[in-house]
Amino acid sequence: MSIIHFKKPWRRLRCLVFAAVLTCPLAQATPLFEDTIAQRLQGCKACHGAQGRATPNGYQPRLAGKPAGYLFHQLLNFREARRDYGPMTSLVDPLGDAYLQEIGEYFASLEIAYPPPQAATAGPATLQRGEQLVRHGDAAQGTPSCQQCHGEAMMGVAPDIPGLLGLPRDYLNAQLGAWRSGKRQAQAPDCMAQVARSLSPQDINALSQWLAAQPVAAPAKPLPEWPANRKMPLPCGGVSIEAAPVTGSQIGSSR
Amino acid sequence: MSARLKLLALALLILGALAAAVVMLNVRGEGDLSEEIAATAAPAAGWRASDEVIARGAYLARAGNCQACHSARGGAPYAGGRAIETPFGTVFSSNLTPDAEHGLGRWSAPQFWRALHHGRSADGRLLTPAFPYDNTTLVSRADSDALYAYLRSLAPVAQAARPHELRFPFNTQVALAVWRALYFEPREFQADASQSADWNRGAYLVQGLGHCNACHAARNALGATHGPLDLGGGLIPMQNWYAPSLADRREAGVAEWDRAEIVALLKTGAVNRASGLVTASGPMGEVVLRSTQHLSEADLGAMATYLQTLSAHADASQAATAPDAKRPKSNARGKKLYADRCAACHGDHGEGVPGAYAPLAGNRAVTMRRPANLVRIVLEGGFAPDTPGNPRPFGMPPFGQTLDNEDIAALLTHLRTSWGNQGTEISALQVNRYRGTR
Repeated sequence: MSIIHFKKPWRRLRCLVFAAVLTCPLAQATPLFEDTIAQRLQGCKACHGAQGRATPNGYQPRLAGKPAGYLFHQLLNFREARRDYGPMTSLVDPLGDAYLQEIGEYFASLEIAYPPPQAATAGPATLQRGEQLVRHGDAAQGTPSCQQCHGEAMMGVAPDIPGLLGLPRDYLNAQLGAWRSGKRQAQAPDCMAQVARSLSPQDINALSQWLAAQPVAAPAKPLPEWPANRKMPLPCGGVSIEAAPVTGSQIGSSR
Repeated sequence: MSARLKLLALALLILGALAAAVVMLNVRGEGDLSEEIAATAAPAAGWRASDEVIARGAYLARAGNCQACHSARGGAPYAGGRAIETPFGTVFSSNLTPDAEHGLGRWSAPQFWRALHHGRSADGRLLTPAFPYDNTTLVSRADSDALYAYLRSLAPVAQAARPHELRFPFNTQVALAVWRALYFEPREFQADASQSADWNRGAYLVQGLGHCNACHAARNALGATHGPLDLGGGLIPMQNWYAPSLADRREAGVAEWDRAEIVALLKTGAVNRASGLVTASGPMGEVVLRSTQHLSEADLGAMATYLQTLSAHADASQAATAPDAKRPKSNARGKKLYADRCAACHGDHGEGVPGAYAPLAGNRAVTMRRPANLVRIVLEGGFAPDTPGNPRPFGMPPFGQTLDNEDIAALLTHLRTSWGNQGTEISALQVNRYRGTR
């Protein structure tokens, strides 16, 4: 059963008639209603910006262009209380899996230019540490490199692994901190929780400083698929990629 | 015996009589249930009733929305552990799966019936009335047994019940005994012979398992309602949503609706009436999502029949349109905010879009005397429940993060006083009251 009726189809007609004579700004005072997924998700833009491009407030993240599976899993995580942010939980609470999947796919499909990077406020030593963790990790403390999973370009891998660039520093700091403390969780096994627990607060700051300061280079998209014959350094819930067996130098051993 | 001693003896006698009365009132109506309980062993693990009975129990559990309270967010269904905030402290729901240690594994059917009908646990302890046994007392024994059979058919979950965190004295059995003596009496549902079978079925569901009055009625200082017949509206404690009166046409009364429209709202969470789209929002959205959408058209129709006969509480003081209500002379701020933030969806004249956006002109949810829901919907946004009959619902943005209290007050005042709406002004203080509640 559908209960959609289009609003005032005559309005469009009237606009066309007007257009023959003059332009029709008055008739367009209110945009025409169209039953699209974008229209259904108007509610998201209050915090995530038009088309999920993020707002300047620096906390609520961009959605546009993130991998669909990742977005879907985050919506599930809010609904099932693995992520703890009341406003998101109450919004997605009444929505079923199929719709959440569609929402993920919609925002993933949007190709919106990225904002310029945030200028770093930290010193060179901190930025160097950040870059080192991103590119090489820190085997001594059991931290894999970010690039191992999030891609050389750090723009993620479709459908489940998100990019790390084009995100505000405050958001990155908050998420890594929340993962480290257990406030943000993912489906088990929660690989990012293990990674975050291997990081010190100084490491998290270094990562956020460096990542937020990187420009997003074209094509600014996640890799279309995980490279064949490569394994993830540790198993991740919700990500169907084989992980290499964890050995001696235990990734993410708690500290 | 001195006069003082005599007085003391008298006082003790009165206290003793009162205590005896409380005890008696707490076990009244139990008859030979204790004997039945003593004579009935809980069935062994793995016991299953017939598929038909289990299916009926599953349906009744939906009708009672048992899962909503008896599951934690993201947790196993019916394994309990959800925190329910009350004015007296936090109650944690119990585990209804058939786990022997933590759930209903050692309960017998008559013990389960005693919980529903008398509000007492398997061990005889008094249950807190956060479990709405003032409603479930009306559930028939056959329905109770079917519910029991269904719950016993679930996979056991070994999740310990978390003890309630109620403040003294509300955490004592004595306090519960006194409360029950004052406000609870086990009752059977009495069919009204002057009404149709349909009406009586509706009354049974609304007053019993449906426990509609748990939200749609006012509570006194001790958290008691006037009983399942009162659906006169009330602010839901702690949640701060207003469950509107189901009897009053100025709130959510449905006497003037088509019966099919009531059924559609309960079945799908949305209905397009001649006056525009109506959706179930806030806690009612959850009720549709987890309970009423799963009920048969016949049962929803019966509930509609019953709800249509509720008579309004004539109370002039509650008039939504007090003639001397304070009205702003001009409200440019509210008007501009409406044009900038709302008109794109709700229309230049608050007309809404059928099937997508509710009209604001002539909408009683906008003009209702108690503005809690209006304020919260604007602060928090939201979606109607995503149901087969109303899939992929349209969303309302939350404005609580981008508009301040003064803005929202001006905007809501504009909604309540424009396009013929005769509502009252909203103050920034009223908006602030609902910020941060959940």
